[in-house]
Amino acid sequence: MRTAMANRLTPYMFMAPAAIIMAIALMYPLGYMVWGSFREWNPSQNIGEAEFVGLKNYIFLWNDPNFHESLGVTLRFAFFVVTIEMIIGVGLALLLDREIRGISLLRTMFILPMMIAPVVVGLMWRYMYHPTVGTFNRFLDSIGLPRVDWLGDYALTSVIIADIWQWTPFIFILSLAALQSLPRSALEAARIDGATGWQQIIHIKLPLMMPVLIVTALLRLIDAFKVLEVILVMTEGGPGLSTEILALRISRTATEFRELGVAAAMSNYLLILLLLLTVGMFAFNRWQEARAARLNALVEEES
Amino acid sequence: MPTIRLDNLVKRYGNVEVLHGIELEMADNEFTVLVGPSGCGKSTTLRMIAGLEDVSDGEIYVDDKPVSHLEPKERDLAMVFQDYALYPHMNVAQNISFALRLARRPKSEINAKVKEVADMVGLTEFLGRKPGALSGGQRQRVAMARALAKDSGIFLFDEPLSNLDAKLRGQMRAELALMSQRVQKNMIYVTHDQIEAMTLADRIVVMHGGYIQQQGTPEELFKRPVNKFVAGFMGMPPMNFLDGQIQERHGGVFVTGDGFDLRLEGDRAATAKAHDSRDVTLGIRPSDLTYEDKADPAQSLTLDVQVSEYVGAQSVLLCKCGSAQVMVEVNSETPVALGQTLTFAINQRGVHLFDRKTEIAL
Repeated sequence: MRTAMANRLTPYMFMAPAAIIMAIALMYPLGYMVWGSFREWNPSQNIGEAEFVGLKNYIFLWNDPNFHESLGVTLRFAFFVVTIEMIIGVGLALLLDREIRGISLLRTMFILPMMIAPVVVGLMWRYMYHPTVGTFNRFLDSIGLPRVDWLGDYALTSVIIADIWQWTPFIFILSLAALQSLPRSALEAARIDGATGWQQIIHIKLPLMMPVLIVTALLRLIDAFKVLEVILVMTEGGPGLSTEILALRISRTATEFRELGVAAAMSNYLLILLLLLTVGMFAFNRWQEARAARLNALVEEES
Repeated sequence: MPTIRLDNLVKRYGNVEVLHGIELEMADNEFTVLVGPSGCGKSTTLRMIAGLEDVSDGEIYVDDKPVSHLEPKERDLAMVFQDYALYPHMNVAQNISFALRLARRPKSEINAKVKEVADMVGLTEFLGRKPGALSGGQRQRVAMARALAKDSGIFLFDEPLSNLDAKLRGQMRAELALMSQRVQKNMIYVTHDQIEAMTLADRIVVMHGGYIQQQGTPEELFKRPVNKFVAGFMGMPPMNFLDGQIQERHGGVFVTGDGFDLRLEGDRAATAKAHDSRDVTLGIRPSDLTYEDKADPAQSLTLDVQVSEYVGAQSVLLCKCGSAQVMVEVNSETPVALGQTLTFAINQRGVHLFDRKTEIAL
């Protein structure tokens, strides 16, 4: 009796440490944040002393043009980086899915940017974009073209380029893995059926990779909404609000404007957005599994 | 329909040569089966004809035109793969019509063709299904229909039945035989299953170790194997092999070995006598031995019955002849008890002799 009980409890005991850490490191601050978002809260105050203001912070943000601007920048940033990264990443994977001498070295080099800490990436690109001593402008000088104010006039484009540089490899390796797990014989059949290289990509490879590509794009989208360090280091959100993505605005609201309640409310808006995306991703997975199960059931029934 | 000729075809992977100069000619409307154990080079040969593998040396001619530099799609052929190789995201109709759609044929023609081949293989009611919702046998039919829809002159099969269960395999084999009579194409079929080879082929090509061992009609291969490998590979249960020596005494020619002393007759006696080596291997198929109590000792084997495998109308007896094992196929009604020592008459026409060293038939 006692051993049976102990057996039943064993899995929970193994999970307990992780669950406790989750509770302390995730649920507690999250609850704190939700709680704080309903208050007029200054960093010098204890949360108990802060005045309860209900939905005031949320309503304020809803009507705040700066928040809108920031949200707009975030959406634009996310849309462009994910779209361009998908195109380049999948394209590279399609190009490099073959046996060439030294291909494994090449693949390793391609995924290097992903392994560099975001702060370092930010610093590196800031130097390269530097108006006078930066790599790009020196290069433009050397070929006799006018200099470009990368982080001034083209700030958002410049941070988008940096993000693409860092995260395209992520899409590349996932696409490559998807490509290499495609059924070889179906591709051979397509060659015999008369498909050219492009037709194989359009009619066979891409449709078969689609489930992986959708999940990859969603993962990148979620990440892109949360990006902070690279932009913080490169532009600090400027000039003006041109690169002030949400995560950056949240951090500035909390530290510079000392409005913890508003920052918390903003975080919750972002959280809701990300939750919607995540739920969308899970729903997509579930839908796929359900479809596979339905097909299997159909076959079982008949045989 | 085109004729295909392989001229000294060689395949190397790095330094390893896996095909050593294959010479083969396939006539019009012929069903050729390449058969052999795993790794004998039969699939590689087929894939080289298809254009899926590069040719290292030699040439493939279709209607006397060299094709080894051409892409698969330029070779006017259709292929059925072992794992069917269907396009999982397309339904049956789309799978069948893929090649036609790529060739931008008119819609009405495509629809008519899809209907025609779907009828032929019995898939009409499944045209809207995806491959995932089909059973193994149905998928196999889709693969067949897709190949048929192309209207190519050459039809390649790479072990198309080996993923099916035994019963379905027998059924599909019969359907394939029917289809091949109906469509009149040049068919090349690869299998490791000698029963498939025997039942389907106009001509069988037995391959082993990257060489062609023998080619001919199923009957030729079964009755007159050129070497010990072919003799042992074709036929089920396999041929029995007994080591012996050729001896001449009392005016007769005998093959003598552990537990047997067989007098050779007619032609066989003459060829054995003329052969320079005395060491031979005697080959007798299990079906060429018949239970006969009072058989002539010089025309029979005396065997200890050890195991009897009942397979219905026939039984296979596993027996000992000296230290060697011998299988005998008998009618299941034959009164045989295990542990008995019985005499089995040898059908003289079923006696095969092979040089023991070269393993070539005498």
